[in-house]
Amino acid sequence: MNPNAVLSPGTPENEKAPTVSHGKPISTQMDFLRRMLSQPKAVIGLVIMAIFILMALFAPLIAPNDPNKYVGLPHQPPSAEHWLGTTGQGQDVFSQLVWGSRISLLIGFSVGILSTILGLVIGMISGYMPGVVDGVLNMFTNVFLLIPGLPLLIALASFLPQGMVTVMLVLTFTGWSWPARVFRSQVLSLREKDFVSASVVGGEGVPRIVFSEILPNMLSLVMSSLFGAVIYTIGADAGLAFLGFENVNIVSWGTMLYWASNSSALLQEAWWTFLPPGLCIALVSFATTMLIYAMDEVTNPRLRSEKEITRVLKKYKIGSSRSTPVIKETLTH
Amino acid sequence: MVGLAGESGSGKSTIAHAILRILHPPALITNGQVLFQGEDILEMDEARLEQFRWSKVSIVFQSAMNALNPVMKIRDQLTDVMLNHGLTKEESAKRAVELFNLVGIDPRRLDAYPHQLSGGMRQRAVIAIALALNPPLLIMDEPTTALDVVVQKDILEQISSLREKLGFSILFITHDLSLLVEISTHIAITYAGEIVEHAPARELFENPLHPYTLGLMNSFPSISGSKHKLTGIPGSPPDLVSPPTGCRFHPRCPKAMAVCSQTVPARKQITADHSVSCHLFDQYQ
Amino acid sequence: MNIKKPDISPILDVRGMTKRFPVGVFTKSKQVYAVEDVSFTVRRGQVVALVGESGSGKTTTIRMVARLIPVTEGKIFFKDEDILKTEPHQASLEYRRKVQLIFQDPFSSLNAVHTIAHHLARPLIIHKKVSGRQAIHEKVCELLETVELKPAAEIAGRYPHQLSGGQRQRVAIARALAVDPELILADEPISMLDVSIRMGVLNLIERLKEERGISFVYITHDLASARYIGDQIMVMYAGHMVEGGESEAVIGRAVHPYTQLLLSAVPNPHAGLRTDKNSKARGEVPSLINPPPGCPFAARCPQVMDACRQAMPEQIVVEAGHWVRCHLFGAGGRTVKTS
Repeated sequence: MNPNAVLSPGTPENEKAPTVSHGKPISTQMDFLRRMLSQPKAVIGLVIMAIFILMALFAPLIAPNDPNKYVGLPHQPPSAEHWLGTTGQGQDVFSQLVWGSRISLLIGFSVGILSTILGLVIGMISGYMPGVVDGVLNMFTNVFLLIPGLPLLIALASFLPQGMVTVMLVLTFTGWSWPARVFRSQVLSLREKDFVSASVVGGEGVPRIVFSEILPNMLSLVMSSLFGAVIYTIGADAGLAFLGFENVNIVSWGTMLYWASNSSALLQEAWWTFLPPGLCIALVSFATTMLIYAMDEVTNPRLRSEKEITRVLKKYKIGSSRSTPVIKETLTH
Repeated sequence: MVGLAGESGSGKSTIAHAILRILHPPALITNGQVLFQGEDILEMDEARLEQFRWSKVSIVFQSAMNALNPVMKIRDQLTDVMLNHGLTKEESAKRAVELFNLVGIDPRRLDAYPHQLSGGMRQRAVIAIALALNPPLLIMDEPTTALDVVVQKDILEQISSLREKLGFSILFITHDLSLLVEISTHIAITYAGEIVEHAPARELFENPLHPYTLGLMNSFPSISGSKHKLTGIPGSPPDLVSPPTGCRFHPRCPKAMAVCSQTVPARKQITADHSVSCHLFDQYQ
Repeated sequence: MNIKKPDISPILDVRGMTKRFPVGVFTKSKQVYAVEDVSFTVRRGQVVALVGESGSGKTTTIRMVARLIPVTEGKIFFKDEDILKTEPHQASLEYRRKVQLIFQDPFSSLNAVHTIAHHLARPLIIHKKVSGRQAIHEKVCELLETVELKPAAEIAGRYPHQLSGGQRQRVAIARALAVDPELILADEPISMLDVSIRMGVLNLIERLKEERGISFVYITHDLASARYIGDQIMVMYAGHMVEGGESEAVIGRAVHPYTQLLLSAVPNPHAGLRTDKNSKARGEVPSLINPPPGCPFAARCPQVMDACRQAMPEQIVVEAGHWVRCHLFGAGGRTVKTS
């Protein structure tokens, strides 16, 4: 163009790159944890969860007596001696609640993890492998998705030998298909990304691409799937127990509900026999949901900016309007 | 037609949105005036703004293909804005046909959905929508960047002929300086949110003053003429969260002096219509 | 820039490359003719620019050469070896070492969860170029310095989102260089970069060509940058190659009506916006699904003849180092028409 336009070439690109803080992927685990902990939702969720975990861990200290022991007259309301009263069988409700948390949480977490892993394996293979493999696995997944969960649960639980392993198997069996579907979609879209093609061109083998390149990009999805699976499991487990398909001599929140129903607790107006376990189940689900929301907000910058907007508007005392507000203020340099 | 040239982080799109006050929160406008035919847009209230937008100033967005609603017919999107500004259904229907004829699309395509039109036609449709109320000013934010070069030329010719026919002004925003030199009357160069040079197009091309302008010119290989080595501009685009002190271009400027990192250069009028903000010209007024 | 290299056997010879995709909602009965009968050669230490608009098939062609997608028909000869015969199903590691690919989008071509060092170390490890953490680290820094990214050790530890677009593209080039390739395919490497950054990256490619004798296939839609960096230019339209040759010949003495149209459409500040004689060649690129026979440009060509709708023209040599596929230059063809 202009013949005078000759610049002395300097060393290009040796500057400090622009540091971008908003809307970019979180690069380190520390960064992620820090952001999570600054969300009130995450803190609430973590605190509640911690309370229950501690309760389960320290059950022998908190409620030292055998929860199955007969300790008093049936259906006694809460008192100083029995903090949550007694069940229809004369057992201590509080003791049962504390010990029951162990089983419920154990099943919840272990099955949550198992079904997520199973869903991950099937979903990732299905998503990355084209053609027949995907077709078969996908159909398999869809079949499991379509079958109604509760009837399948009941059908399986009714002919398998009763026990905790059965429960875990049955719940995993019915719970893996939803995460598998979600993971498959994610892998399908990630597979088309340039960095995957770049790995292929670089000579990377398939297992390494799937686990080292694609999987790390799915971590937040895996986490939220895991939490979702936990919620599902705790609810499904309680449901199975309530319907009597589990070994009702094991103390868990679900079996407490079974016994409460069996003893006509509603008619007896013995609310202390079913309200506490029900509430605990709800609270654990609530805590997990809070963690999911918090994670969503940390990973999705758009949700975060909603809060910032209201904060800025409040600071300048502007009502929300559709047009960009104008504030004439002296700029500080 | 005034061209606004700049790269990423230059603020050119932000200026366009700010003029119409359609920046998303938490953006705030903190100073200045935007005088349109004597009236300050920044002082207008919500009601006046709604009246003002589209009838006085309209905008064609970057990637306007995405600005079209995929589930509405083009006709409805066109008449939508007209009905909002008080035209009757018959008037707006008639105007829709008129507009499509103006931009060179067969009016029978009015009943199509956006995905049924090609990229170039969608862009023309968006231009038709922008011209619906015959505004005196049209802002075009990278209207042809996503299009192939042949279609781009087509659309630019169309815009030029429309401008001659209807007499509106255009603020044409793009990063393609060579394009601007071809089509605009005046050009303003933006860098890191500031305007660093402003001149008539030919004058800018023949006599660029700001080192950034010189660098930009040195970034476009030419299709004709002698081949010589081009260098572009070293360094990275500016960080707008913590911009460089003083003149924002100084980290990348081959002619930077000590004063450049300390004070922001004032805008100096070199000739009647050529101004520049650079310490190299401190001796001017 | 146009140093005449001694004529040695080409490093890449693509013949009759064709790619068709089946499409259709329920039955995949229709076909997209993405690439049809494309042939070109790349000599050692040469840059061949593949120019075309969207839908021209240039990216598909290059992905076939990179063996990311299977070829429908055609042959790829790499240094006289018929690649598709010797390794029909999967590309060998050796081929992956010799032929590398750079992508258009500098952000999505790097994995956001890995450091730059990881990106550069992987090819070194896979191809067993170096071993041992110390040696790998040194080689990574050496690569970064080759692409002018300093301070190398600090940049190696960063993540992609901490770099600007131009820097990321340089990392992509460094990654391609890690395996000591002989041919680099660059798919629009600068079109998503800021204007002022582009020249730096192009100059880097030029430098690598001169210093290391690496051949490049440079894909672009911008004729001006093709002219700047290309020794040869090939013009593609709707999946076909329509004109090609030495870049000065193609640019200065373009004969195919499409090339002439492209040239007239490139913004040229040396002249104002001119409506010119080719204004009848308006319109858009035709659909690639089950196209009619003949030259794909026939629908828009201002000089179309009957023959154009019947068969695709053969390759005709117009002058030394310059050929075209156009019925205007059939047997006993007309004189060369220049723009």
